[in-house]
Amino acid sequence: MSHGSFILREPEYEALLWVLQKLLTDASAKIVFLVDKDGTLLASAGDSVGFDTTSLASLAAGNIAATGGLANLIGEKEFSILFHEGERDNMHLSVVAERIILVVVFDRRSSVGLVRLRVRQASARFNDVMVAALAASDAEDGGIEELTEADIESLFK
Amino acid sequence: MSFINYSSREINCKIVYYGPGLCGKTTNLQFIYKRMNPEARGKMISLATETERTLFFDFLPLSLGEIRGFKTRFHLYTVPGQVFYDASRRLILRGVDGVVFCADSQLTRTDSNEESMENLRMNLREQGYDPDRLPLVLQYNKRDLPNVASLGELHALLNRRNVPEIEAAASSGIGVFETLKTVIKLVLIELKRGGRQ
Repeated sequence: MSHGSFILREPEYEALLWVLQKLLTDASAKIVFLVDKDGTLLASAGDSVGFDTTSLASLAAGNIAATGGLANLIGEKEFSILFHEGERDNMHLSVVAERIILVVVFDRRSSVGLVRLRVRQASARFNDVMVAALAASDAEDGGIEELTEADIESLFK
Repeated sequence: MSFINYSSREINCKIVYYGPGLCGKTTNLQFIYKRMNPEARGKMISLATETERTLFFDFLPLSLGEIRGFKTRFHLYTVPGQVFYDASRRLILRGVDGVVFCADSQLTRTDSNEESMENLRMNLREQGYDPDRLPLVLQYNKRDLPNVASLGELHALLNRRNVPEIEAAASSGIGVFETLKTVIKLVLIELKRGGRQ
């Protein structure tokens, strides 16, 4: 993919939301979200009240990037799954479709085994949607042509 | 790489503050955090050592309002400036849309500035960017200190692309928002062009 823009249109966005919502239910999770490896939140499902999803997205990407660096040092391409266990809530992070991070937050109503199983099942669906989304994005020229200098200036008034 | 979500009408862009250790990258973000309307900024995260040196990155998300019905969000990052954190710097440059190179104007930091600029160009190339095309702003920081290099000297040393350059004293806020506005404009102009030459 180029360094232009990743453009997500409604059909692919809705498809991602549908897979996230199904994963949320199937894994009995509290919240699930998709983050670009660059640290941008793409979509989420579940009760996000009380979660700073922007910061979470940035740190999740940093976490995956740092462990990816560690993996390279021992000759691995990346560690594709990370699991963080807390006193109440746990976090499962995995890389799907090569460039997207799937984050699942769950508590004692679920288990790491169930989450891993459901994530594996959902990963294939995410992969299909992302392949379509990336192909559609690459087919566009990536710009917002109607953006004018005056629009840009208006941000700073 | 900017992310445009047409469904939720959002534009997300990533801006990285780069430069040698102790040049004032974190100070820039701290000043922006302090002075921005709380509704326009999120939480600032600093992954720092106990002595407040940046260990991995600082992160500050900003929402600057709407253009053409799109909410604009800018994610500001700093890199750790110390030489031995190069692996971290490369990771943070992933997906960057614009860079602020924060130079320390003090004469004693001339070599560090030059080395950091070369390091930036090398790391951008490693990430697949053309360092001569990516939106870039130069901030000459610490202009309030004695024994600083002249603007001409800094320009000759660092600004071979002739990009916008701004004088600053980030600890008192001078030049901080001017730098931010300048890089945001460059990023949005690039977005309008859609990465075309």
